[in-house]
Amino acid sequence: MNSKKSQKIAFFLLFLATLLIVVPVGLIVVIIIQKGIGAISWQFLTDIPRKGMRAGGIFPAIVGTIYLVTGAIVFALPVGLFAAIYLSEYAKDNFLTRMIKLAIVNLAGVPSVVYGLFGLAIFVIFFNLGTSILSGSLTLGIMILPVIITTSREALESVPYSFREASLSLGASKWQTIRHIVLPNAIPGILTGTILGLGRAAGETAPILFTVAAFYLPQLPKSIFDQAMALPYHLYVISTQVPNVDENIRYGTALVLLFLVLFMNLIAIIIRYQFRKQKKW
Amino acid sequence: MVDIKIEITNLDIWFDSTKAVKNLSLKIYANEILSIIGPSNSGKTTFLRMLNRLNELESKFKTRGIVKIDRKDIMKMDVELLRKKIGMVFALPLPLPLSIFDNIAYGARMHGIKNKKKLQEIVEQALSKAYLWEEVKDRLSTSAFKLSGGQQQRLCIARTLAVEPEVILFDEPCSGLDPISTAKVEEAMLKLKKDYTIVLVTNNVKQAARVGDRTAFFLNGDLIEIDNTDKIFTNPSDKRTDDYIRGKFG
Repeated sequence: MNSKKSQKIAFFLLFLATLLIVVPVGLIVVIIIQKGIGAISWQFLTDIPRKGMRAGGIFPAIVGTIYLVTGAIVFALPVGLFAAIYLSEYAKDNFLTRMIKLAIVNLAGVPSVVYGLFGLAIFVIFFNLGTSILSGSLTLGIMILPVIITTSREALESVPYSFREASLSLGASKWQTIRHIVLPNAIPGILTGTILGLGRAAGETAPILFTVAAFYLPQLPKSIFDQAMALPYHLYVISTQVPNVDENIRYGTALVLLFLVLFMNLIAIIIRYQFRKQKKW
Repeated sequence: MVDIKIEITNLDIWFDSTKAVKNLSLKIYANEILSIIGPSNSGKTTFLRMLNRLNELESKFKTRGIVKIDRKDIMKMDVELLRKKIGMVFALPLPLPLSIFDNIAYGARMHGIKNKKKLQEIVEQALSKAYLWEEVKDRLSTSAFKLSGGQQQRLCIARTLAVEPEVILFDEPCSGLDPISTAKVEEAMLKLKKDYTIVLVTNNVKQAARVGDRTAFFLNGDLIEIDNTDKIFTNPSDKRTDDYIRGKFG
């Protein structure tokens, strides 16, 4: 086979693989918008569910999901970032450190239902926080920690080593070097990890199942110790547990969840873009 | 030359099991330019990075022997203060990812200077001393990476000067520069000698001859010979020095 021919075949295969990714994503978005857009109205977005969730809106679920995602990020971002800084900048490269890094990578692959059970055992029962927004947020936070740590570590390690040397050679301390040189240049990468974590926290059902989610709660939570509805769980409930729910209410809920995640991602992407623009190298 | 600025006694340096510097003793006088020449892997840079304790960043690094600056053991000094006292210019220009102004002000800021006027003064003085002020005074807020290679290296010299060191270590500062930029850096070094003690590691034998008061020849971690530059280049005591200078190896 000559090189021109193999080049063409390689190009075709690579292109085909890319197409295979794009098509399902496109279809999902198109189908959900097509079937769900009919349900979207001001009332649907701002009203409580009525008639056994067969009518009315999904406002409590939207609010619940926003609370949960915010809580998860507020907990996981600082903890994950500090752990990443420790692992990439301070920890000695020995057996223990390598084991910790390996464990973190593996934690990212643990099924989410396991995190749910863990959250039930630790936060709900052991710390006696009950089924509450706090328990749910912490469980989701623990679930996205590995993603945030791994991506933050990669972002920190991608800042050239020579910058650290230059800073230290001027008599800056290690922490000053991290704070003023390493961290500002790692922020875009750290935000990428946050975006990934955010999307996952918003979409997961299993971790909130035992720790926070209410089947039907037609009112807004008053504090972080209250139960709350959440979009993914609400979607599961109206799709499988409640008979005779209109299709467009189900797809409308999915659409809202989809756009909520996209919207949060968009904010993070804009912030990341702002930081990249400031980058001087 | 009378005042001894740095005194090194029986210094050994290992990386893992490789000995990079072997039983080295030498004195560096105040306000001299000491050039260190020798082929690659002869321990020149390792020796230089010992003086500001930058080797310590490597986990496999071990050392024995005593290095004293102004009669004080550097291992007993606060490492940040030591590095403030002994500045370093690296082989490749290494601007920080900041503006020109912030690059120069960085060191001063890290050492606690916050006053804007004072910082402006420091930046102007340092850039002038490194012969860069005229070229950049109108664009201090642009990224340091927008400068040419030679300008970047002079920026790094200015940045080192801005923390008011007493000793400046140059690690092959002109290896990536064209002849004109090299001449400018050398000119800066000769002027700086009045106020600073300079240790210059160089792969360029002619550069050592041009700027060094004294020259040391390193080979495989051993100090073969150290003497006045004239003596080393006209009548070295050791045959290996002579061979290296004439380009017979290395």
